[in-house]
This record gives sequence, C-alpha cells and structure tokens, in this order.
Amino acid sequence: MGFLDIENVTKSFGSVQVLHETNISVEEGEFLVLVGPSGCGKSTLLNMIAGLEEITSGEIFIKGRPMSGVRPADRNIAMVFQSYALYPTMTVRGNISFGLEMHGVPKAEREQAIARVAELLQIEPLLDRRPGQLSGGQRQRVAMGRALVRDPDVFLFDEPLSNLDAKLRVDMRTEIKKLHQKLGTTIVYVTHDQIEAMTLSTRIAVMYDGYVQQVGTPKEIYDAPANLFVAGFMGSPSMNLLPATVSMAEGVPAAELRRSDGGTARLPFPGNPAIASHAGREIVLGIRPEAITDPESADRNSTGIHVLDLPVEVTVPAGSDTFVVSELGGRDVTGRFRADAVVKVGGHMPFAFNMAKAVAFDPGTEKRIG
Amino acid sequence: MSGGHTAQVIRTGAGARFVIYVLLAIFCIYYLLPLYVMVVNSLKPLSEIQAGGMMALPETWTTAPWKSAWSTAQVGVEASGLRPYFLNSILMVVPAVAISTMLGALNGYVLTKWRFRFDTILFGLLLFGCFIPFQMVLIPMARMLGLMGIAGTVGGLVFVHLVYGIGFSTLYFRNYYAQFPTELVRAAMIDGAGFFTIFARILLPASGPIVVVCVIWQFTNIWNDFLFGSSFSDYDSQPMTVALNNLVQSSTGVKEYNVHFAGAIMAALPTLLVYILAGQFFVRGLMAGSVKG
Repeated sequence: MGFLDIENVTKSFGSVQVLHETNISVEEGEFLVLVGPSGCGKSTLLNMIAGLEEITSGEIFIKGRPMSGVRPADRNIAMVFQSYALYPTMTVRGNISFGLEMHGVPKAEREQAIARVAELLQIEPLLDRRPGQLSGGQRQRVAMGRALVRDPDVFLFDEPLSNLDAKLRVDMRTEIKKLHQKLGTTIVYVTHDQIEAMTLSTRIAVMYDGYVQQVGTPKEIYDAPANLFVAGFMGSPSMNLLPATVSMAEGVPAAELRRSDGGTARLPFPGNPAIASHAGREIVLGIRPEAITDPESADRNSTGIHVLDLPVEVTVPAGSDTFVVSELGGRDVTGRFRADAVVKVGGHMPFAFNMAKAVAFDPGTEKRIG
Repeated sequence: MSGGHTAQVIRTGAGARFVIYVLLAIFCIYYLLPLYVMVVNSLKPLSEIQAGGMMALPETWTTAPWKSAWSTAQVGVEASGLRPYFLNSILMVVPAVAISTMLGALNGYVLTKWRFRFDTILFGLLLFGCFIPFQMVLIPMARMLGLMGIAGTVGGLVFVHLVYGIGFSTLYFRNYYAQFPTELVRAAMIDGAGFFTIFARILLPASGPIVVVCVIWQFTNIWNDFLFGSSFSDYDSQPMTVALNNLVQSSTGVKEYNVHFAGAIMAALPTLLVYILAGQFFVRGLMAGSVKG
C-alpha cells in the first residue's frame, strides 16, 4: 500500500459517469501529475482526494487511512487553486495563518510558521498587504505559502500556473520543482499542459474521457505511450502517427507507407517481435519528430536509421531547430532538423528515420503493439 | 465605479453644456420646492400661513411648531406629540431591518454555496413571497398574530416586516454571493473553517456594499409602511406614519399647518438620513458584480 491510494474510485453526476474505475497508488515524496484535456475528470479526481467532492464508489486512502466521511480539514492536505482563492479581505499574513488558526495553533507558533514560510518563498515584504495589491506571481507565492505552512501530508495543485503569463509560468515551474526537491513532500498536481507534466513530475497519469489512459514515469509515457491518445497528447510538436502496413522480409517486420509520388516506403523495425505477429495487417506507425532528422544529425548509436528521400512541404524555423514538414502515408510528417540545415521548400531532402524509437499501434484497439 | 468610467464621458460643446446645466437646475428646483415649502412653513407662526404666501420666508422665525409636533400636539385621543410613535417606529424598524438582513445574508450564503435538492424551488418561492400584494395577507396575518399573542404590539409589527423583508434580502444576497468565488469557500473548508466561520470570516467581510443596499431598502420600506402599521397596531404601538396621519386628522377646530409640516418632516427625516449617510454605497452595491472590475 502506498502513501496515497486511489482504489476503484468512480464519480457520477446523475446518470453521467465522469470518472470510470480509477486505481493509482502514490508513494511518499512522489510528484504525480494528472494531465489531460479539459473534461477528462482530472480536477474531479483531485477534488475527491481533497474531500471537496463525494466519491460515488471506491475509496481513497491517505497513509492507509480511509478517507470516506473525513472532512477536507481533517485529511491533512493542502490545496493550491487555479484562481489562488486568496481571502480578499485578509492580509497575506492573515491568509497564511488562517488554516493554522482554524486548527487551534497558538499565536506564537503561528507567527513562527509564517516567518518560516515567508522566508522560504521570499514574501516577507508582502505580509501586510492584501491580495488585491499583489501581482499574479506574488499571489501565486502566497497561495503556495498558505499550503506550505500547514506542513500537510499531501499537496494538491489545481492548474496553479494557468493564470500566469508564459515567462512567469516557466519561472514558477522551476520554483515548484525546486520546492519539491527541497521539501520532499508528496504532490498531486493537475494540469492540461503536457510540458508542465513532463518537466515537473516523477510520475504522470494521462487521463481522457474519464479513464486513466496510462500511468508511468515521464520517460515511459513519452517513449512508450500506451495508446494513440497518449501518443498524440504528450509531446510538442506531437508524435507523427502514420497509417502503414506490416510486411516481413527475412524475418524482420517493416512498416510500408504510401509515398506522395505513389511509391512505397519501407521502414524496418529493429528488434520488435511483437510487430511481426501483425504481418500483413494495418498499423499506425508512431514516430516522434526528433526521431526524424537530417542524416548528419541522426543518432550514431541507433540500430535502425533508415533514410528516405521525401519532398519538403513546409519548414518551421524555431530558433534552436528547424521543423520540416513532408508527407508520408497520406499524412503530414514532421521532422526536427538542425537549425542550420539547408532545406529548400519544394525540393527533395533525405530524412533519416530512427526506427529504434518508433512505436506501432493497432488501429482497431488504438493500443500500442508490443 | 470611479476612474474606469471617465473614458465613457461624451464630449460636448459649451452651448450644449449650458443647456444641460440650465435643465438640470430647473429640475433641481422643481424637486426641491416641496421640501422648501415644508421647511419654511414649519418655522412660521400659524397666522402667517393663514395670511397666505406659502412660498415666503417666515417674518418671525419660530421653533414652536416643531416642539408642539414632537411633544404636545394632539395625536388621536392623546396630546402626546409624535415622540412616543417615533420611538415605536425605531423599535420596529431596527430589529426588523437587522434580523431580515442577517437572515437574508445566511439564506444567500446557503443558496449559493451549500446547494441542496430543490434549492432553486425554495428560492423561487421566497422570490414569489416578495411579490404577494400586502392587502392579500392582511386577514391571514391578523389571525397569525392573534394566535401568536403578539397582535397589536411592536413585536407583531417587527414580525410582519421581517416575514416580508426576508424575500427581498435573500434575493439581494443570493445574487451578490453568486458572484463570490466558490473556490474561496473550498479553500476555507480545507483550512478547517466550518459553516458559520466561513460565513463570518470569509463572506461577511466582503459583503459591505450589499449590506448597505439591503439596509437602505428595508429601512425605507419598513419606516414608510402605512398599511401594516395601521392594520396591526394599537394606540400604544402605532408607528410614525400612522401617528402622522392621526396628527393631521385630529386637529381641534383649527388646522395647525405649521405643526403638520414639522411632523411630516420628522417622519421623513430618518429615511433621509439613511440615504445621505449610506447613499453613496447604494448605487455601488446595486451595480456590484454587474460590471467587471
């Protein structure tokens, strides 16, 4: 049993089931990110951990203690809300100490705790201001201070960075990560931003349509997505998903894709026996943009580099790299080239596919093969 | 309400400005004229009024009509002046306003932040209660007050106004709290605050404008009410409005207009004061939440 256990938890509003049977176990000190598009059930799950919403069936355990019937205040959790939810009529000091006051902590101890948190978050000069007088980033810090001061078992974050501008968001992301490494507390964090999920988490639960699609480390989720949804959702630009057919040559399975000039491209999979069982059938070939590049930049250690000569349709310079878009299997395929690679739109270029990094999906079940 | 709206002021030429100001001045005079008539005539001896010239300033200034209206004038069968009835009105309006505002705030809080089954139906019924004509409840209410043993008392009047007031105060507070972020309530729940603590520490301190609106509305309505006051009171529990009517009706032979004017001003003064003291918050409160920022 873990530190925070979600066992067979479901949630229905009337006849609409918004969260299907969910099982996640979080170890102490883990940073679990629930990620998915809006309406996937991630915030509902977080609110159920907090005790703000009833569980329809199943049970949540924190430190082995069942949480049904336990008030939010008695769960020893703290939550940072999307809107920060700072009490507008109280000072920053009042906001931070309110929870302690409610739990009957004596005044002297409260003052100490406020001082400790204010120093940690560098908000000492703001303590006597009201939330209305703070900038977005400062409010964010105060909201975190309010959560930190209680020294809870589990921190819950509900899209805490979505109201900040792009630059501040990156700064706060780093700060939250630092804080987690420093304090080593257990965190459950909800976001719709897959980059936030990848950078912050020690583990990710990808959710969609009320189902947990996959739980794993960022690397597992990124390299071996469980299904087509996870493959398409995680990563930016997203994974190329190309319709292909499996053909066998000398015992090695290969993806055959239709080229835009009518020919067929063959891309053999190195060392993936599971795909062999799909010989002759349709698959969806999944390959990330960084696994398609100019031959000079291709991974020298890879066992499966295959170069295809493809027409260049669009180039998207991104400063550090240039994304080159071509067509394969009737779909756009994006490759990540060196920034100084010479690419001519309309001409042909050699594209080096690193098939060691490729995955295949069953188009019927949408699940990954192998 | 301030600052942000200056950008919307329409620029006009000097000629148009002049016309606007003249028109405004005319309307000001038009609306202030009755007050002027009341004030000057309440400070004149009766003989000057009888000699005509209602608009003229007093030749001899006197406060005798005010003293008479307050403490010695004939009201009904008693020559007590308006003082005891003024006290009755205060004793009626203060608890009625305070309790209906308090209950309205609690109702608004529950109806927006602690939703339950059929809460919208309940709110609809409360709202419906606002619009039941006064006349319709007279007889049932008289029966109820009799059953409760508070017929003909100030306490009975407080109860009647309280029952009518809750509908409106609930409407005000519900709409105000509907704009109040629910995340704050959730944050307070996680912080360990209970039902009443959240109300008292989180919502109430942020409710200033709507409290003012509710108080002004309830105060003017209850203070100015005549129908309930005349229907449900006895001689010793009549409110100011009923006493003023009796003062004007029960003159012995000569109509003391100057005393009547003084009495009428006394009856209007408290509501006027409430408007002046809290009026600036009134519009602000009515607009609160309707515009962003």
